[in-house]
Amino acid sequence: MVLHDLVDHYRRDDSPIHRLPTGLKFTAALAVVAIAIAVPLPEGWFWLGLLTAFLMTAAGVSRLPPSFLARRLLLLEPFVIGAAVLALFRPHGLSVFMSLLARSTLCLLAMILLSATTPFASLLGTIRKIGVPEILVSVLALMYRYLFVMIDEADRMRKARSSRTFKAGRARSWESSAGVIGQLFVRSAGRAERVCGAMRARGWR
Amino acid sequence: MHIPDGFIDAKTAIAAAALSAAGVGLALRQARRHMPRKNVPLMGLAAAFIFAAQMLNFPVGAGTSGHLIGAVLASVLLGPAAAVIVMTAVLSVQCLLFADGGVSALGANIFNMAVMGSIGGYGIYAAVHRFCGGARGRLLAAAFASWCSTVLASICCAGELACSGTVPWGAGFPAMAGVHMVIGLGEALITAMVIAAVDRSGFQTRENDQAVPAGHYGEILTFGPLIALGLALFVSPFASPWPDGLEKVAAMLGFEHKAAAQPVLASPFADYRIPGVTSAPAATAFAGAVGTVVVFLLSLLLARTLSPVSAERRPAAQG
Repeated sequence: MVLHDLVDHYRRDDSPIHRLPTGLKFTAALAVVAIAIAVPLPEGWFWLGLLTAFLMTAAGVSRLPPSFLARRLLLLEPFVIGAAVLALFRPHGLSVFMSLLARSTLCLLAMILLSATTPFASLLGTIRKIGVPEILVSVLALMYRYLFVMIDEADRMRKARSSRTFKAGRARSWESSAGVIGQLFVRSAGRAERVCGAMRARGWR
Repeated sequence: MHIPDGFIDAKTAIAAAALSAAGVGLALRQARRHMPRKNVPLMGLAAAFIFAAQMLNFPVGAGTSGHLIGAVLASVLLGPAAAVIVMTAVLSVQCLLFADGGVSALGANIFNMAVMGSIGGYGIYAAVHRFCGGARGRLLAAAFASWCSTVLASICCAGELACSGTVPWGAGFPAMAGVHMVIGLGEALITAMVIAAVDRSGFQTRENDQAVPAGHYGEILTFGPLIALGLALFVSPFASPWPDGLEKVAAMLGFEHKAAAQPVLASPFADYRIPGVTSAPAATAFAGAVGTVVVFLLSLLLARTLSPVSAERRPAAQG
């Protein structure tokens, strides 16, 4: 599926950015976000420019294909624009709109860079180190492990359904999608049971 | 409803992060105390399930499609505390892995959709299910609660945006609440259909048919102060221009009729988004009240069509 390609393709590539310690990358990304949000505009445009230059350099050094970054950015930009449009309905709306757009795009770029150059497992390690409770980290790790399994399973069920029906009406297709989701939950609960057994057998308590 | 980075200012972000940290902490404590250990894998799998379910499209028409949010679904299937953890995991992965929803806004997003969506939604579900028992009552309660939870979360979101000075309340509240009153209809329909499908499969969810066990009220009640605090911080500062005085109510009634009559057909916020119309929030609040009643009746209808009772009767009648 497209999702695998979007998410996990470049995580294990090699570049100076990939090799940086995860904690450092995480802190840097958070710092970029914090500065991008906190800088007052319009005096702060200089700072935003500086951040852009910094991120562009990092993107260049990371050897991620620009088309990949652009694709990820374009995928998320509609949400940003959709929310920013609401800001137009106020005095000086346009300048607020522009600054929102600039700030959000910068933060997006920072987060995309972080997520594209860091394996999720090491990100989880960092999260655990900064004191996020154990249960939540376990849930996140398990979720990540089975995310793609479930998406594939949902996709298979959808395909199986569509290969057996010619052209479903809207009501039918809602019903069948709901059926798929319900079935998916039942299966995931069954899988959880088996996973739990396997974990216990390996010493997890 | 995922708020991106840059839309929430520092003070709102910190307040929301503190509130959601407290909420998630409470949920984790309850999970540690009351849940069997095997629920940890279940929560992980359920989080992956919600994520995968969110990717299935439901065609709405005119080329658009909607998808599930899942807060009430998770809390009905797993219980409210587990739902908070599951939704938090979903939102965190969306933020860290897909950059969907900002890191600085993660606290706000978790508060809106995980804490408010699951706990608020479950509270409504439990209250309705208490009075309407049985499989049919369960579906009715789930549908109505999903709609309420979606709208509640969107109102919190509008409040946070207004607190940050990004989107004025007068524009943000009608737009967010209006849009999500429509989106919520889809959420209610999907949630009820999925729960009906799960029930049909014979799967034992946490509390299948019997009315809500007493323990659950404890689970919800501990979150009460937190939710009240959140509403007080993000929403109530703007609530003051709401209905006060008869003339305003009258104006609102006159303003209202058109919008309330056809909430499903056109996005009702279209005529509200005018800057300077002070009664827009009041009108939306009123529309919300009317809409709530309408949605409750619709949920009743939906539960009647979906409920296993009628499903069992049908083949008997045919054969």
